[in-house]
Amino acid sequence: MSTRDTEGGHVPKEPSMIKQKELLSAYYDRLVAAPQTGQKVVYTFVPGNLTELLLAFDVLPVLPEINALQSAMRGRSGDFIAEAERAGHSEDVCSYVKCDLGMLRAKSGPTGKPLPPPDLLLLSYTGCFTFMKWFELLKQEFPKAEVAMLHVPYQADGVVTPEMRQYVLAQLREEVVPKLERITGKKLDEDRLRELMEKSALAEDDFVAVLEAGKKKPSPIDGYFGAVFYIAPLFSAFRGTDDGVAYYRLLREEVEQRAAEGRGPITPLGQLDDQRIRLVVEGPPCWTSFRELWSMFAAEKAVVVASTYCKVGGLYDTGFRHDPRRPFDSLADYCLGCYTNLSLPSRTDLVARYVREYQADGFLVHSVKSCNSFSAGQLLMLRSLEKKTGVPGGFLESDLVDPRYFSGANVKNRLESYFQMLLARRGAAAERAAEVTP
Amino acid sequence: MATPVSTQSTSSAPRRPEEIAKACEAIAFDVSFAPVRAWKERTGRKAIGFLPIYGPREIVTAAGMLPVAVMGGGDRVEIVRGDAYFQSYLCQLPRSTIELALGGQLDVLDGMLFPATCDVLRNLSGMWRMSFPDKLVRYLDFPHDHRPLVGMRFWENDLRALAHDLGALSGIVPDETALARSIALYDENRALLASLDALRVEAPHRAPIAEVYALVRAGAVLPVEEHSVLVREYIAAAKAADRAPRDHARVLVVGAFCEQPPIGLLVTLERAGCYVVGDDLCLATRLVGEQVATEGVPPFASLARAWVEKARPTASRYLPNEEKGRWLVDRCRALRADGVVLAAPSFCDPALLEQPMLQTALDRAGIPHTCFKYAENTAQLQPIYEQAGTFSDSIRLFTEAA
Repeated sequence: MSTRDTEGGHVPKEPSMIKQKELLSAYYDRLVAAPQTGQKVVYTFVPGNLTELLLAFDVLPVLPEINALQSAMRGRSGDFIAEAERAGHSEDVCSYVKCDLGMLRAKSGPTGKPLPPPDLLLLSYTGCFTFMKWFELLKQEFPKAEVAMLHVPYQADGVVTPEMRQYVLAQLREEVVPKLERITGKKLDEDRLRELMEKSALAEDDFVAVLEAGKKKPSPIDGYFGAVFYIAPLFSAFRGTDDGVAYYRLLREEVEQRAAEGRGPITPLGQLDDQRIRLVVEGPPCWTSFRELWSMFAAEKAVVVASTYCKVGGLYDTGFRHDPRRPFDSLADYCLGCYTNLSLPSRTDLVARYVREYQADGFLVHSVKSCNSFSAGQLLMLRSLEKKTGVPGGFLESDLVDPRYFSGANVKNRLESYFQMLLARRGAAAERAAEVTP
Repeated sequence: MATPVSTQSTSSAPRRPEEIAKACEAIAFDVSFAPVRAWKERTGRKAIGFLPIYGPREIVTAAGMLPVAVMGGGDRVEIVRGDAYFQSYLCQLPRSTIELALGGQLDVLDGMLFPATCDVLRNLSGMWRMSFPDKLVRYLDFPHDHRPLVGMRFWENDLRALAHDLGALSGIVPDETALARSIALYDENRALLASLDALRVEAPHRAPIAEVYALVRAGAVLPVEEHSVLVREYIAAAKAADRAPRDHARVLVVGAFCEQPPIGLLVTLERAGCYVVGDDLCLATRLVGEQVATEGVPPFASLARAWVEKARPTASRYLPNEEKGRWLVDRCRALRADGVVLAAPSFCDPALLEQPMLQTALDRAGIPHTCFKYAENTAQLQPIYEQAGTFSDSIRLFTEAA
């Protein structure tokens, strides 16, 4: 593997990485200062987030699952989870929820500074039942906060019906907007909403170009570990902003440059140009051991060319864009279309499509204990995908933010065996091809 | 040929309550679903399964089919293939349900309805589509917006679409008249179950939980009219039986709304000194306990409204503002319960996430509570016996109620 550009073990930072860090840092500063600035704060979730609508009211979105994963990446989630378990929460349940509740009890945000309390709990219930319980718990912690429930119907039949869209639209217009108007004291400016959506679509175009660069050989991106950084602005507070547009343009240019030069993505072990294995990954990352897990892939020269996790905040690569000409319909379609809102057969078809289109050698299911929405049914997906694609699947288990469920040695053993099998299979195929070629 | 299961006495003498309960147990826990097979052979009609916590049985019946609540395999199915479908950290009910399906026991069902109880059952609907493509599969996305012109309208549309799909399968598309007739049958059944609950509150020694549970659960597989006959017979028999009251604590059991505890666990609670005067067991057939038919409201609209306005507050329903905690406290008072047993299935996100909120409400109200986890195939009951016994003792000996 090439490790050029690495000096003294430090992986170089690209301009987009520096810009993203600045954006997120400024965002957390704004959040921390909200009680002083008087800016209203809305807690909501990544899948089906209504960022443009929130920004049209100049409110600050807080995404509890992002706070939880940020805590995990900083090595703090274990303590927060322990705090929640001491308060009576079961070891069996979602660790995102416990991490968030632990943070509240510890009066600490992911950066160590406390986050502002919510003025509104916008429960966008898209594809995760636990979200509902989470916000019931948060409502108990913040009894003064308003709650707006947005129930997004599940795409069980693999389609969005007019009734489903109508249901979401009615809730947006009659529940979400009035509550935002009430907490902010402002009327919705639809022209402002359209402007924001226009910018969203620009960023989304560039984002899709970045993701689809994974089809190239070598892939200039890592579509799982790398992509979780790529999705951060789009899935959080920066869709519809000038900063968001600028970030994705910069990122796209970097990726296109890397592709033009035949360079791979930057990994914890340096730049991965020599890519032996191309993979598709289904399931969320393990945030507590993110770097360690990525390094295991990089050490084996394995690159992830596409993943489902970076579609939880929107399935842009199948064509969806926020559309300023029909802002509310577009918000409804966005919520209904997130990956987490897809049925198991639709998810399976999508992964099969990625395996084919990204010419993957295999696919790996990362099953996390915390997330039943993702995990229930993944073993059947695995078998079905092997049949559909003809490529072998691998299976890993750990957790989102609970460090107790990551066993490095076990994961490494399993990964190495899987990669060896993929390489042996490829070798055997090459031998067979050589035998039939005179 | 399926073995017919009798729900009625073969002699002219009235049956004792324990005899009725024994007959119910044979029906309720038959994982071969012989009563359903017998009904299908007898009538030549179809059966539709549904999972906890809800199925619109009124519509299934109106479409000329038998609704069957599938509540897992309990402690009567050995999991051989089910574990290959679910990771170890997922609950037991879906794996035993898939075990039953792969073993052919659920072939008797011509379709399956999957309510929006949790993410696991939601995804099981997709697994069903992938594994049994020839069967009708429907997901029931009940609304969490409760306004008449928004959530209720969405749900009513969904129920009408379901009626259409079921009608296409059975050849009888239920209209408003057929649905009204069906609702009346279920309302009669609900009224009888309410009488049974009242008996438990007034004289829990007359209706032990294991008997009540078997009786209620038999309703999961029997035609509603037959079940109503049984409930009526049991109430009369229980009232007439000579059973002495014991010095037990009166408790509510909460959390077992989906995956059911083994019946041995319920017996253990009672043996340990707890009369169960209220519970959320077997919610699949009891989520709506009040009368559904509403004066002046058409049947489909009544059914939609029943979910929104009359369904019990339970962990799978979104209700903000600590409504469920208040409901539990009020229910304790109404049933004169001394304490609450919070019994949740292992790995059940809804029940376990709900538990701390309920505990807070109970603490505020000064109502004693204890909690444990179980699985449908839990075999180690001694720790539960000891815990429930200690809980009962603490209530009887050391609280103001004592």
